[in-house]
Amino acid sequence: MKSSHLLSLLLAVVLALGGCSKPADARGEPITLLNVSYDPTSEIYTDINAAFAKQWEAKHGTKLAIKQSHGGSGKQARAVIDGLDADVVTLALAYDIDMLHDKANLLPQAWRSRLPDNSAPYTSTIVFVVRKGNPQGIRDWEDLVRPGVSVITPNPKTSGGARWNYLAAWGHAQRKAGGDEAKAREFISALFKNVPVLDSGARGATTTFAERGIGDVLIAWENEAFLLTQELGRDRFEIIVPSESILAEPPVALVDKNVDRKGTRAAAEAYLQFLYSEEGQELAAKHSFRPRSKTVAVKHASRFPTVSLFTLDEVFGGWKQAQQAHFDDGGSFDRLYVPQAK
Amino acid sequence: MSARRRVLPGFGLTMGLSWLYLGLIVLLPLSGLFLKTFTLTWDQFFETVASPRVLAAYRLSFGAAFLAALVNAGFGLLVAWVLVRYRFPGRGLVDALVDLPFALPTAVAGLTLTTLYSHNGWYGRHLEALGIQVAFTPLGIVVALTFIGLPFVVRTVQPVLEDIDADVEEAAATLGASPWRTFTHVLLPSILPALLSGFTLSFARAIGEYGSVIFISGNMPMKTEIAPLLIVTRLEQYDYAGATAIAGVMLAASFSLLLAANLLQRWTQRRFEVRPG
Repeated sequence: MKSSHLLSLLLAVVLALGGCSKPADARGEPITLLNVSYDPTSEIYTDINAAFAKQWEAKHGTKLAIKQSHGGSGKQARAVIDGLDADVVTLALAYDIDMLHDKANLLPQAWRSRLPDNSAPYTSTIVFVVRKGNPQGIRDWEDLVRPGVSVITPNPKTSGGARWNYLAAWGHAQRKAGGDEAKAREFISALFKNVPVLDSGARGATTTFAERGIGDVLIAWENEAFLLTQELGRDRFEIIVPSESILAEPPVALVDKNVDRKGTRAAAEAYLQFLYSEEGQELAAKHSFRPRSKTVAVKHASRFPTVSLFTLDEVFGGWKQAQQAHFDDGGSFDRLYVPQAK
Repeated sequence: MSARRRVLPGFGLTMGLSWLYLGLIVLLPLSGLFLKTFTLTWDQFFETVASPRVLAAYRLSFGAAFLAALVNAGFGLLVAWVLVRYRFPGRGLVDALVDLPFALPTAVAGLTLTTLYSHNGWYGRHLEALGIQVAFTPLGIVVALTFIGLPFVVRTVQPVLEDIDADVEEAAATLGASPWRTFTHVLLPSILPALLSGFTLSFARAIGEYGSVIFISGNMPMKTEIAPLLIVTRLEQYDYAGATAIAGVMLAASFSLLLAANLLQRWTQRRFEVRPG
């Protein structure tokens, strides 16, 4: 308590000295927002930022600049916890944003309910990429555990994307077995026997599959799969959509402590709202994320094949539970490799 | 110490500044690391650092670093010898090449090596035909660590070799020593301390290396998972204390090894000292 008093006193002094007792956006000065994001979103946010800055300037007559930072989702969250001045975070999984509350109290615990659709303005899912002609005849999750099929997926301990892959496979197996966790464990165990390399990140796994020619199938985010087939050639790879998969919801959130200190709350809130606008949704679709807006989704329906999707909350009860049961030390992933660990 | 009159002035000032610099740059961050570790109880600490997976990673990290340093000690000495003793076209270029591993971002080094050694790469293709797999095996880790450690040996041995006059070898030869005897009895004693310190630096650098190794290692738990990777996975779980526990043990082990190497180096220096005269 005492130290927080001291802190607020210091803050008040600093604010008084700096003469910024009024929020920056109320004084008509140029505003700079910092969006701390994860790896595969640099293209989408380049477009979003330009469009939003234009809209803001037209509406308020003041300049607005948005800076971007990209990196692994967990690494980015730790940077914000350690003091990186993010106004908004747009990360790969809700767990990383939860930690902004748990470790540094930067935003309220119920941050996910502040924006529509669990604070995930766009979604994706987990699909397979195979080599042209699909020589191994991969159609669904069950094909990945066949002996002799080599599967590429990154290390779920270090990659947020890989955690979605893992939970998609686990969730499918568990649902298929009528909720039997032991069956799901068996399935995952057989699946990871087919994984020869665990890259530390999603892009690394893509490189291993595409450039090194290792593996028959790559498990990947749909937007990454689109990028891979577009950039490296439709004549080399094919996307296979399994019978069911997980609804990947990369969330966005306002970092309350930072925007209040910097006086950028109004702009940051408008920025996040913009992601839900028709223009924002169109840009998301353009960069291969599935839009939430029904009207926009209908327009792009041909690009996103229908697939039965389950959510993380309904199968695993939320990210905290999923993280603890599967990816923390001694979780189900560790037990695949160290049988004696409890 | 201080009672004797010093020839060079400014001892107090420079010593004070050195301590301040070392304190700010090295000691303070490291003590922060240990403070964080102390938030664990002893039980938690041991459970973390003595788990089979962490022990396997320590074995791999220290073992691969040792092998890489050994390879570098041999070939680094050779390279230094060639650079010092012979004049040949392109010598300046070779000399500059040696430093490249210092300058190259480690991730780039890792990606490049993986490309070369994976089964469709230039080296990997032929090695695989011989039944040797390098990428995604412990051998690949040794290759990456050898790459980043090479300059240390060359750059520590080179100046010492330059200081040895060719006359010394000629004298040995005139007195009837075979080339091998000249090497073991005349040259090696003089360069051994430098070689040892090059070996130690290369070893120490390799223990903590992360950037280049994670690309070529394949990161399979219990098999090709290096200790720095385990630290990163702890951080991904926001387990700062666990991460610092693993790091603290590595640091303590490295420090003991460096200290031992320094002592050994001093001992060899005294033992084999070549007195002019």
